[in-house]
Amino acid sequence: MAHASDMIAGDIEGYLKAHEHKGLLRFITCGSVDDGKSTLIGRLLFESKLLFEDQLAAIEADSKKYGTQGEEMDFALLVDGLAAEREQGITIDVAYRFFSTDKRKFIVADTPGHEQYTRNMVTGASTADAAILMVDARHGILTQTRRHSFLMSLIGIRHIVVAINKMDLVDYSKARFDQIVDEYRAFAKQLGLEDMTFIPLSALKGDNVIEHGHHMPWYHGPTLMGYLETVEVDEERLQHTPFRMPVQWVNRPHLDFRGFTGLIASGTVKPGDAIRVQPSGKTSHIKRIFTYDGDLEQAIAGQSVTLLLEDEIDISRGDVISGVDAPAETADQFETTLVWMHDQPLLPGRPYLMKLGTQSVSATVSQIKYQVNVNTLEHAAARQLDLNGIGVCTLSLSKPVAFDPYQENADTGGYILIDRMTNNTVGAGMLHFALRRSQNIHMQHVDIDKQARGIAKGQKPVLLWFTGLSGAGKSTIANRVEKKLHAAGQHTYLLDGDNVRHGLNRDLGFTDADRVENIRRVAEVARLMVDAGLIVLTAFISPFRSERRMARDLMEEGEFIEIFVDTPLEVAEERDPKGLYKKARRGELKNFTGIDSAYEAPEDPELHLQAAKLSTEEAADAVIALLRERQLIG
Amino acid sequence: MTSLTHLQKLEAESIHIMREVVAETENPVMLYSVGKDSAVMLHLARKAFAPAPPPFPLLHVDTRWKFRAMYAFRDNMAREMGMDLLVHINPEGVEKDINPFTHGSAIHTDVMKTEGLKQALNEYGFDAAFGGARRDEEKSRAKERMFSFRTAQHRWDPKNQRPELWRLYNTRKHKGESIRVFPLSNWTELDIWQYIYLQEIPIVPLYYAAERPVVERDGALIMVDDDRMPLEPGEVPMMRKVRFRTLGCYPLTGAIESEADTLPAIIQEMLLTRTSERQGRVIDHDSAASMEKKKQEGYF
Repeated sequence: MAHASDMIAGDIEGYLKAHEHKGLLRFITCGSVDDGKSTLIGRLLFESKLLFEDQLAAIEADSKKYGTQGEEMDFALLVDGLAAEREQGITIDVAYRFFSTDKRKFIVADTPGHEQYTRNMVTGASTADAAILMVDARHGILTQTRRHSFLMSLIGIRHIVVAINKMDLVDYSKARFDQIVDEYRAFAKQLGLEDMTFIPLSALKGDNVIEHGHHMPWYHGPTLMGYLETVEVDEERLQHTPFRMPVQWVNRPHLDFRGFTGLIASGTVKPGDAIRVQPSGKTSHIKRIFTYDGDLEQAIAGQSVTLLLEDEIDISRGDVISGVDAPAETADQFETTLVWMHDQPLLPGRPYLMKLGTQSVSATVSQIKYQVNVNTLEHAAARQLDLNGIGVCTLSLSKPVAFDPYQENADTGGYILIDRMTNNTVGAGMLHFALRRSQNIHMQHVDIDKQARGIAKGQKPVLLWFTGLSGAGKSTIANRVEKKLHAAGQHTYLLDGDNVRHGLNRDLGFTDADRVENIRRVAEVARLMVDAGLIVLTAFISPFRSERRMARDLMEEGEFIEIFVDTPLEVAEERDPKGLYKKARRGELKNFTGIDSAYEAPEDPELHLQAAKLSTEEAADAVIALLRERQLIG
Repeated sequence: MTSLTHLQKLEAESIHIMREVVAETENPVMLYSVGKDSAVMLHLARKAFAPAPPPFPLLHVDTRWKFRAMYAFRDNMAREMGMDLLVHINPEGVEKDINPFTHGSAIHTDVMKTEGLKQALNEYGFDAAFGGARRDEEKSRAKERMFSFRTAQHRWDPKNQRPELWRLYNTRKHKGESIRVFPLSNWTELDIWQYIYLQEIPIVPLYYAAERPVVERDGALIMVDDDRMPLEPGEVPMMRKVRFRTLGCYPLTGAIESEADTLPAIIQEMLLTRTSERQGRVIDHDSAASMEKKKQEGYF
């Protein structure tokens, strides 16, 4: 077991030679706070003799201060990290630990068992080859065990050890062990989990962790360490699947060298292999596999390489190089499972930035088909996903990307969503399959375009987007601007919040999700009207930066004029033209912007009107002056 | 079927991370501390961008108190690599003559390293900085991300770090914010040594045992590297065969008595003595959660 001290002392070079060829296994441990998870990891570190004397001294000191094991050494203190967490006596994040034996090096992702930390477990599991699921022999299968199993199946971990711990507290009973195994098997069938191994343990006493011990002679399976040293590593499986390499960076130091760098996600590659580049579909052959240590005859899944091709074809970051016979698919609409990881809920219709492999595109959830309850596995309808929510959704992208279904390849089918305003990672998802719909709807080509229609009207079509609090004066100013434009012979249309909500959007309320959809529809209608050659004015509170950004992105450069009607809340509330603020203050109106729903002021509007200091006429003149200045009107 | 070894996988992961940073950030830099981890990181950078030299400069935040052998090694490496070497020394620290003897290790480290690093990052406008920290070094580092976000004031908020899934790293940030990137996160001390051995990576000679002049203070062997070191009354430097497990400011770095003058011997000694490497660094002993506090303030 562990590092053979004799060999280290006697033949260090032989030892190093042997250890050069060790493999690497990454696994995750999951379980409730009291299942003994930290104790188990502490024991694995201890038994593999990778604890240093000063670390041991520190634990002994800490054991007196924070320990929960009385006189015995508290292994859990080895693995609990951040100071704040230590005071609470729990681990609250993903922590990575390292140990090694003669056969393998191990990286352990340690994650907590609390409900609110689904996101941490999914994060830790995403890079794991195997999972250890901790079960307390006294309590058997709990809701938490089911939840963790579901998450493991979701993230596609192929090898699961059910570690039935604290056997010392149930008299090492075989009957109790068998009972838990039967119960778990019945449940796992629902999830489609296949490779499961059950091991009765006492992490505290050490039985079946490294050695079998003498308390459970009835158990003949592998010890936990024995299992971890032999279970299949995911990259070995991936070598037998089609070749994929997402291109990270093009290395072009001089004219004669054009290398495409990346980490091989799956398969193998050799010089001479025919390849296809997705999404473009162009083909070529591998000329060289360049590395700093010399060209390779073959490269396999998991290696970082630089590929040189026979032909000069256009390839850039984000493209995926595939084997020519079984290339990645391309699509822009998908069915997907999405795990939400942020306090700000997922809102369908809101554009996020998606990172899939090395590709970055704009992505919108068009529909949440259903949300999954992680405890009961029941499906329920949902209009948004909250932190730790898991939903099956349809996802729509701004352009086609190369992908594989997640269950075939995590690197080309797993993605994250990033909030475009805060830059936080807010969601993680797994692509199921492409929706054929996306391939069957083609844009109809028309001969008369926006420019032609604008010329016929003698104007440049443009969208004037008024945003501000309720009662700020958006409609009043927009109305005055439209009158002036009309009087000058321009062709205009004013889309007003209240009017649209009586017709097109009468099915929408005022939740954040509905507000997003409201603005999405208005932006699409406005785009059609601008395309028709009109000068369009919109007067909507449009409180969120993301949606105003979406509207801006729908338009061409220079067509979107954001006008911030900046009236202080006190002034707008004092005016209260529709009596809405009073209602909101009385609590009769929920989700009212400025009262119990946020207004995110524009950071860089084309025009910032200090509306409280201006008359309607002055404000309208300022808008007209801007249009003249930009030569949008004569 | 071929299987990758643990070192091959670690290498591939580190190279992947470096290429992501170069592809997605505007102005990256590699923090170069001249130690063995920096040596491995630099070697990996060379591999990631070959045949071109790494497309970023090296930055050494100097305190003026490193071992002389480190300065010589540093200048030589930068020349050989064909990379720009930027050296920053906190000018306020120089003006006040901050040093470990008069001001103690805490103030010296804070002014010369923590503040010095912030100054350099601000001065050059770097938006991403590679560091050689590893998760196995210390408990609170076990939870740090590969990509660690810092506010415009360079503060680290342990409650507000981004989840890292699969091989996907979110590098987006607002103006003024920066990322510290740790491509060696998953390497252990043994991995580092084994890789240095296998790849024949040059390291500062101080890691190898040799006769060196030392004095014993508070149980630590401190090398008298130059005549700036004030000797206590009656204190006489003695020649001992010593080496260093970790390198920093010479007055703050304890040597160990050793006969290990080859890489296998060093690895052998490390595996058999079982004392974790940070013990040689005086800054760690200030308080139990001191590394974590330092990190929040902007120390690596």
